[in-house]
Amino acid sequence: MSEPDQNILVMEGISKFFPGVQALDDVSLTLRKGEILCLVGENGAGKSTLMKVLTGVEHADSGKILFNGKPIRPKSPRHAQELGISTVYQEVNLCPNLSVAENILIGREPQKFGSIDWKKMNALAAETFQRMMGISIDVTQPLGTYTVAIQQMVAITRALYLSSAQILILDEPTSSLDTQETAQLFKVMRKLKEEGVGIVFITHFISQIFEISDRITVLRNGKLVGTYETASITRVGLISKMIGRTLAELDEMSAIKLESSKHIRSEALLETRELGLSGTLSPLSLDLHAGEVVGLAGLLGSGRTETAHILFGVEKPDNGEMNFLGSPVHDFSPLSSIKRGVALCPEDRKAAGIVDDLTVRENIILAMQARKGWFKFLTQSEQYEIADRYISMLNIATPSADQAVKNLSGGNQQKVILARWLAINPHVLILDEPTRGIDVGSKAEIQKLVLSLAEEGKACVFISSEMEEVLRTSHRIVVLREREKVAEFSGEVEENTIIHAIAGSEA
Amino acid sequence: MKKLTKTTFSWRRITESRLLFPIVALSLILLFDFVFIPGFFNIEVRNGNLHGSLVDILRNGSTVMILAIGMTLVIATGGVDLSVGATMAIAASVAGILMNPSALKNEVFFVTDPTYTFQPLWVVISVALLVSVLCGFWNGVLVSYMRIQPMVATLILMISGRGIAQLITNGLRVQITYKPYAYIGQGWIILPFSLYIVAFVFALTWLITRKTAIGMFIESVGINFRSSFFSGINEQKLKLMVYTFCGFCAGIAGLVASSNIRTSDANNIGLMTELDAILAVVIGGTSMSGGRFSLLASMIGALVMQAITQSMYAFGVPAFALQAIKAIVVILVILLYSEQVRGWVRGIGAPQKEVKS
Repeated sequence: MSEPDQNILVMEGISKFFPGVQALDDVSLTLRKGEILCLVGENGAGKSTLMKVLTGVEHADSGKILFNGKPIRPKSPRHAQELGISTVYQEVNLCPNLSVAENILIGREPQKFGSIDWKKMNALAAETFQRMMGISIDVTQPLGTYTVAIQQMVAITRALYLSSAQILILDEPTSSLDTQETAQLFKVMRKLKEEGVGIVFITHFISQIFEISDRITVLRNGKLVGTYETASITRVGLISKMIGRTLAELDEMSAIKLESSKHIRSEALLETRELGLSGTLSPLSLDLHAGEVVGLAGLLGSGRTETAHILFGVEKPDNGEMNFLGSPVHDFSPLSSIKRGVALCPEDRKAAGIVDDLTVRENIILAMQARKGWFKFLTQSEQYEIADRYISMLNIATPSADQAVKNLSGGNQQKVILARWLAINPHVLILDEPTRGIDVGSKAEIQKLVLSLAEEGKACVFISSEMEEVLRTSHRIVVLREREKVAEFSGEVEENTIIHAIAGSEA
Repeated sequence: MKKLTKTTFSWRRITESRLLFPIVALSLILLFDFVFIPGFFNIEVRNGNLHGSLVDILRNGSTVMILAIGMTLVIATGGVDLSVGATMAIAASVAGILMNPSALKNEVFFVTDPTYTFQPLWVVISVALLVSVLCGFWNGVLVSYMRIQPMVATLILMISGRGIAQLITNGLRVQITYKPYAYIGQGWIILPFSLYIVAFVFALTWLITRKTAIGMFIESVGINFRSSFFSGINEQKLKLMVYTFCGFCAGIAGLVASSNIRTSDANNIGLMTELDAILAVVIGGTSMSGGRFSLLASMIGALVMQAITQSMYAFGVPAFALQAIKAIVVILVILLYSEQVRGWVRGIGAPQKEVKS
C-alpha cells in the first residue's frame, strides 16, 4: 500500500471483434499496485475477453497495454505469466487425472539426478497449499477426486505459486466456493494485496464486490461504463449501472411465487422410495409434484448433484425404487429419462452441457433429436424454427442460430442448454446450478422462468449454492447433508432455519 | 465501409472453409504437373472411354477414397481404425476362395477359363462384404462395449487380419480370372468403373450422415461425449455402427483392389493403405480428436495423396524416394492446419481494413 496511486497496469482503447460480435469496443482499465479491482458486468459484457487479451489468449484488434509503464503485447498465457500476469479462470483448467501436487508444480517440479523428486515435490505442494489456502489435503490424490471447490483452490494455489506474479486475475473463482472457503480466499487476497500484488477480481456476487474491492470497473455490452471507488457507490447504483435498469423486478419474485404456489397439484409426477446408490447417496425418498419447485439445499458435496444424477439416470441406483406417473421405472439412463420426460440441466456446463463446436441450433435440438432417434431427422426449417423460438424466448445473445456455441459467453451458453431441455417439453426439469456464473439480471430471468414452468404443470428441482436464490425460487426445500436427506421444509422458511439444518448438530 | 466489411467477411469465410486447404494442395500439385510434366493433362478417347494421367489418379485413388469415407466417420467420433488394410486382404481372400476354391485342397489349380467361377458373382460379393462387416463389427464391439482404446482395439485386427486372410486361402495366392469380377476394378464406362463405386458409397454415406441425425450425433460424440451422453445420445450404439460401416467400406476397397491386380494376395493387398486413408482424412481437415467432418474434403484429401504418387512416378522419381517426398508434401499440408499459419493467412485479409478505416 506504499504507493497507492502507482499504476502497474494501464489498458487503453482495447477493441476486439469476433465473428458477428464486437466483444470489446474501446475499453480502458487501470490497475494500481496493491489494490483489488472488481471487474463487473452482465454476461457477454466483455469481462472474460478483456482478461483474455491481457493474458495473451486473444489478441486485441487495437489498443495498447502498458505494464509498469512499458508497452507489452502478451503473445500467450505463458508469455503473460513470464511477464508477471497470472490467471485463475472461471472454469477449472487443470488436469483432473494428475495428482494435486503435479497440478500445482507442473513445469517446475523439483528434480533430483535429472528425474522428478516425488517426495520433495509432494511435500512442497502440500506445504504450499496449506500455507495459501489454510487447509490441508492429500496432494498425491488425482485432482479429479476432489470437489470443484478444492479444484478451484488448487488452481489458485498454482497461479499464486508463480512467485513473480505482480498481477493476479481471478475470473469468478468464488462461484463454486461456499462461505467459509470464500472467506479463506479473501484472506489470501488481502495478504497478497499487502504484498503489493494488483488483483483483478471478476465475480457476480454483489456482496463480495463490496466486501473485498477498492475500485470497481463496470462493462456493459463490450463498452466501458465507468470505474468507481467502491466506497462512493451504493449497491443499487452499481447494479443499475451493470444492467441499465433497476431491481424493482427482483422484488416481484415473492409475489410471483405466492401466485404460482396455488397451482401445485397433489399428484406426484415422480416419486422415489429409499432410492440410493451405496457410496454415493444414502436412500432417499422424495416426491415431486406437478406445479412445484423443490429446492435442494446443502453444501458442496452434500449429495445435491448426486441426487440429480440418479434421478436423471446418469448413475444407476442400486437400491430402492422410483415411480414415474405411478408406474415403476426400471430403465435408468439419460435417454430413457428423456423419453419419460425428465430433463437435467447439469452443473458442469463445459464438460457435460455444451458441445462447443456445434452451432447454437444443433445444441438446442440435440436432446430432442436424441429422443426422436437416428432417422426421424428434424428438417432444416423445423430446426431453425425451434432454435429461433428459444433464442428469442430466452434472449440468447447470438448473431445467428448458426454461430458455434463456443463463441457465446458463459451465461448465453447456459441459456442454450436450458433451451435444449425446454425443447423436449419435460414433465420434470432438474436444474443443477442453472445460474452459476450468470449476471444478476439473467439470474432473475431464470428464476422467474422456473416458476412459470412450474405453473404450466411441470415439476422442477432447483439446485443452487446460493441460499437466497433457493429460498426465493422454491416452494419446498429439501436439505441434504453428507449425502443424506436431513430435513424438508415447505411454505415460508427463514434462511437461518435452513442454514441450521445444513450445518447440523455441529452448528 | 459496408462493402469493406463484406469483403473481409468473405475472405474469412473462404479461409475457414474446410475445403480450402485440400483444394489448394491439390491445385498446387496439378500446377506442378502442368508446368513440369508434358502431356500430364492429355486425355485421349479409346473405344469411347477416357484415358490419361488425370483419369489414372482417380482410378488408382479409388481404394483410398472408399477407405477414407469410412475412416472419416471413425475419426470424427474421436477414434481411428488401423485394421482397414487387413480387412481389405480378408475380403479379397474370401472373394478369391469363393471363385476358385482349389487352394483349399492344397493344390494350385490354374483356371484359364475367364467364365469359370465356383460361386455366382453376387454370392462372392455379398459373402466378402459380410465378412468385412463382421470385422468392423468386431472392432466396434471392442471400442464401444469393451471400452478399449481405438488404436489398440483395431491394432489387434491389423496384426492378425493378414494371418486370417492367409488361413482362408490356405496360405496360397488365388489367381482371379473370372471376367465379371475383374470388371469391378478394371471395367470402364467412359470413366473407370471403380469411380462409380466410389460415387455410390459417397452418396450413400452422405445421405446416411447428413439426411439423418447420425452425422450430427457423430460430431457431437466426437466433440464432447459426456455432453452427448447427458443429452441422451447412445454413444455405444453409434460407435458400433460407425466401425461396422468402416469395415464395410474396407470390404469394398478390398474387392476393388483384388479385382485390379487379379489376385487375392493376402500379404500385399491394402498394405499400409490404412495410413493413406488416415492421412487423407487429416488432409481433409477432420481433427484426429474428433468433431466436425466433411466427406468431400476427405475425398479431395485422398486425391491429394494419389496425385502426389502419380506425379512423382510421371516425373521419374524412383519408388524408394517416393515415400520421403510424400512425407514432405503431407507435412506442408498439415502445417496449413496449424492455428498459427491460419492466423497468418487470415492476416492477409486484415490490413485492407486498417488502411481504409
